[in-house]
Order: sequence, then C-alpha cells, then structure tokens
Amino acid sequence: MPLVDDATTVERAPARPLTAKRFRPFEALAENIIFAASTVSILGVFLIFVFVAREALPLLTSRQIQEEVTLSTLFTTRMWQPVGVEPKYSVIPLVIGTLKVTIVAILFATPLAIGGAIYTAEFAPRKVRELVKPVIEILAGFPSVVLGFIALMVLATFLQKITGVQSRLNAFVGGIAVGLAITPVIFTVVEDALTAIPKAFREASLALGATKAQTALSVVVPAAAPGIAAAIILGIGRGIGETMIVLMATGNAAIISWNPFDSTRTMAATIGQEMAEVVFGDAHYTVLFFIGVMLFAITFALNLTSHAFVRRITRKLGSLK
Amino acid sequence: MSDSIEMMSEEEQVGSRVNGPARPETLLNIERVRVPDDGRPIDRPVKLASKHLSLWYGPKQALSDVSLEIRNYEITALIGPSGCGKSTFLRAFNRMNDLIPNVRITGQVLLDGEDVYGRRVDVVELRRRVGMVFQKPNPFPKSVFENVAYAPRLSGVKNMGRLTEIVEKALERAALFEEVKDVLHKSALALSGGQQQRLCIARALAAEPEVLLMDEPCSALDPISTLRIEELMRELAKSICIVIVTHNMQQAARVSDRTGFFLLGELIEFGSTDDIFTRPADSRTEDYITGRFG
Repeated sequence: MPLVDDATTVERAPARPLTAKRFRPFEALAENIIFAASTVSILGVFLIFVFVAREALPLLTSRQIQEEVTLSTLFTTRMWQPVGVEPKYSVIPLVIGTLKVTIVAILFATPLAIGGAIYTAEFAPRKVRELVKPVIEILAGFPSVVLGFIALMVLATFLQKITGVQSRLNAFVGGIAVGLAITPVIFTVVEDALTAIPKAFREASLALGATKAQTALSVVVPAAAPGIAAAIILGIGRGIGETMIVLMATGNAAIISWNPFDSTRTMAATIGQEMAEVVFGDAHYTVLFFIGVMLFAITFALNLTSHAFVRRITRKLGSLK
Repeated sequence: MSDSIEMMSEEEQVGSRVNGPARPETLLNIERVRVPDDGRPIDRPVKLASKHLSLWYGPKQALSDVSLEIRNYEITALIGPSGCGKSTFLRAFNRMNDLIPNVRITGQVLLDGEDVYGRRVDVVELRRRVGMVFQKPNPFPKSVFENVAYAPRLSGVKNMGRLTEIVEKALERAALFEEVKDVLHKSALALSGGQQQRLCIARALAAEPEVLLMDEPCSALDPISTLRIEELMRELAKSICIVIVTHNMQQAARVSDRTGFFLLGELIEFGSTDDIFTRPADSRTEDYITGRFG
C-alpha cells in the first residue's frame, strides 16, 4: 500500500539546534504584565499599612501628643470624648461597641448562612441550587449604605416595637443589619467547602444505610468543618470592619455598656464619623489612625487564621480527589 | 490462610507445570483454585435476582432486559468492557442509581423474592441489608474506629462496649484487626490503599449485610493487596452473598463461582465460572476473555 511510501516521503523541517532559543514576544509581555499587576496590588496593600502606621506613630514618638494621650491611657481610661476643653481618649468603649455589634451579627448570620449553605449544597434540587447560589452571591455585593438605610428606617422601628427599648438605634439593630451584610459572605464560603467534599463520602454513607440528613450532618459537615470555621472567621473580619451600617444604625454613643440595646459606637464607625473633622496631625488625628492600625491588625490576623483553616481542609481531603 | 499459600504457589507455576491433579484449564491459562470443601454451605438458595431489568439514563439505555439469579454463599462476578452496564447493574441492587437524576427503570430486582423497587420499600433498610464497597477506597476522614462504628451508630447502638465489640469483630472479619489494633483511634486516611479498602469492607460488614456488592474493589490496589482482598472474599462467602464487578478477568476466574458477561447493556452469557472461562457458549464471550476486544 502507498501508506508506507507516503509516510517516508513526508517533508520535515530541518531540526533546529536545541540551544537556538526563540524570542517569543507575546509570552514575555504577558508574563511581565501579570507580574506587574500582582506586584502593584501587593505593594498597594503594603503601602496603605505603612501610611496608616506612620500617621499613628506620633502616639509613641511625639512629646506634644503624649501630653494629651499615650498608648497606655488609651486602654486604661474609660471615656471617649475627643472634642472638649479636656479631650479624653479611651478605646475601651469603642472596642466594647465593636464586640457587641460583631457578636450580634455573627450570632444572627452564622446559623442563617450555614443552614442555607447545607440546604443548598446537600438537599436542594439542582435547579434551586443554580438559582439560590448566584442570587445570594449578588447579595454580597449589596451596597452597605442601602442596608444601613433599611436598618435605620425600617428595622429599628420594627425592633423597637417588639422589644420596647428606649434607644431606637442600638447595637442590636446595627448587629442584625451587619449580620445581613455578612450572611452571603459566610454562605458562599461554607457552600464552597461543602461542595468540595468528594462525592465518594456521600456515596459511602448512603450505601451504609444513612439518610440524606444523617449523611450531611455526620459525614459532610464534619469533613468540611475547617472550611466552615474559616467562613465564620472571615465573617467576623467583615463585621469588625463594617462602617457605614453601624454608623447609620447603632446610635453612635461611645458609652461603656454590655447591654446590646444601648446605643453604641464601633471602632470603624468612629473613624468614619470623626476623621473629616480632626485637625491634621493633632492627638485626635493620631488616635484615629491608631484605631485604624488596630482594625488592620485584627482583620489581617483573622484572614490569616481563616486561610490556615482552608489549607487544612484541602490537605486533609487532598488524597481523596 | 492456607488457601492463600496455595494460591500463590499455583500462580507461580502457571505455564510450567506438566503433571498434577486434573484441574480445569481456562482459556486464560489460569488454573482455578478449587477447594472442594471450603466450609461453605452446600445449599445455596437464590438471594438476588433481576427480571427483565432495563434502565435508562435520560434517553440513553444502559441495561436492556437483564435477567439473572445470584445465589447465597457464592461469589458472582460481572465482567465486560467499560461502559457495558455492569456497574449500573450492580448499583441497581442497592438502588444507588436513585442518586442520579433522570434514571428510569423497568423490570424487577428481587432480594429474597421481594421487589426492591416496590412502592413501600425503605431504601435505608435495603442498603443496610445490601452493603457496598466502591472502586476507590473511600474511608471517611475520621478515625479507623469511627469509620467502622458508623453503621452501628446509625442503627442506634450507643453502648461503647457493644460498639467496640462490633468494630473489632468487623475488623477481624475483614482481616484487618491485627494491622490496625494499635491505631484504632488514628485517622483512617493514614492507612495504605489496601488497608483502606479492607477498612471499607469492615465498615460495610459492621452493618451485618446479607449481600456485599463490590464495584471493582481492587482496581486501585497493588497485586498483593488484591490477593488479600480475594482471600477475604472467599472467606466472607461462607456467610454472605458477594457480587463483584471486575475489569480483571483473571480475578473473576480466580475468585468467583459464577460469571456474567455484559456487552452494551445486555447480559450475553451467565453461567458457572468454569463454563464461562473454559467453554463459553457465545463467541463474543470467547472473544472478550481471550482478549480479542475490550
């Protein structure tokens, strides 16, 4: 047959020496652009931190400012009254306010988000899942000022009617609204963690005579536990940093009280509220930047922890994929 | 374990032996290990049966009109090329196909004469009686103990002493206890592949199933682990019914009592393993087991 003849007469390009490196302009360009993009974003984050830290530094170095406020008085005094004859700077009421709002938000958002994610990942028919997931993810991008507005106008009145408390705007109202804002964040991460669990686990469990619910609760959820923990931590980080909602819905009173139905003020809201009114470079200005450093450090630590959890889950399940 | 030694030496001698006791030579040139009195009951009633079973995934037909009977205390092997429907058929017995959307089934699957697709059948109860071992070892990311204790816990066993007893017995039946008795509370994922698969068998046995379905249980294992699982299967067949899907024809020839050959969703031939591998009635069976296609 001519097959063999054809094969032998195919023209081949002469072999190039292996060392003749070809210049590939597109390849080089793409590589450099990607490298530049990632460098700029990392550098950006780094420079923001440097800037915030630099503005907070006089708290430790400047005599003049230390006459008004020092690192230790920030944590040992009990009043936040930056404007007045004798300004008082204590972060304690702000830290307590932040904690109150974040705790309410997490207690509200976690069961909602995890329950929703378990339903979507384990029980919902495919059509429902394909609808619910993107809709909730769009909610994550909902402008927080709108959520704050709803909390201010509708939620606060509604909750006051139920609870009958005096201050209409309080940590509870703000916490619920922040909870609504972080629910989609937690939902998405938990849902991803659940769907990342290999199908083999579910099959094994069902084949052993487990029901769907037993499979979800005693196999899938425990296997995804690190991812769920990561989601909650991420939610906490978002809650602590949330500014606009708490500014609008918590009543903005910097008082020391653990009662969630008292008006309250968070760290982030304080920066948002007061930064526009301070004298550049004075003690108040410096303290606000110091609060910024605290927020930065807290969210950074929380993100790192959540990352570690996610890595644990991928390592644990890596061998089974 | 004397079986195993015999099996190994038999394998070594394949092709070189001239004289010896008359054993049926298969077309594969594998000599079957026939132990006349292997401790299994002589009376082997029909345990599972399918009657005119057809199955569709959406518009695609995966099984057409399959009827066969599987007997208790026997190992039944299902062989055939990839995509021939043998795994689908296996999964019909414990209704694992229910998990796939758009599956349609006609005909009957009977367990002890009861239709498992009947209107009032509790799938959970069915799956407790018909256990399954999968192709890839899939222990839960829990301890060895918790893996085996999973099914007993589901059926409500809470007493720790009773649980321990069940777990140890299941591990022993799966010939794994000696190897893992010191790591019972360590992660099951730290075991080797062969151990993991025997753990999965132990996990299935802890539910006290009457039937064990094995879907290519050795395809991810090395030859020694494979041999151990095969020994284990013969041991288990003394008390339960085993159905195995395998790509490995040597395995089917070595381990099973009966063999069914599937092709394109049809059961081409079903009979004693001796017959299938020595004098297949259908030329397609012969072509497949002699390696002419598939």
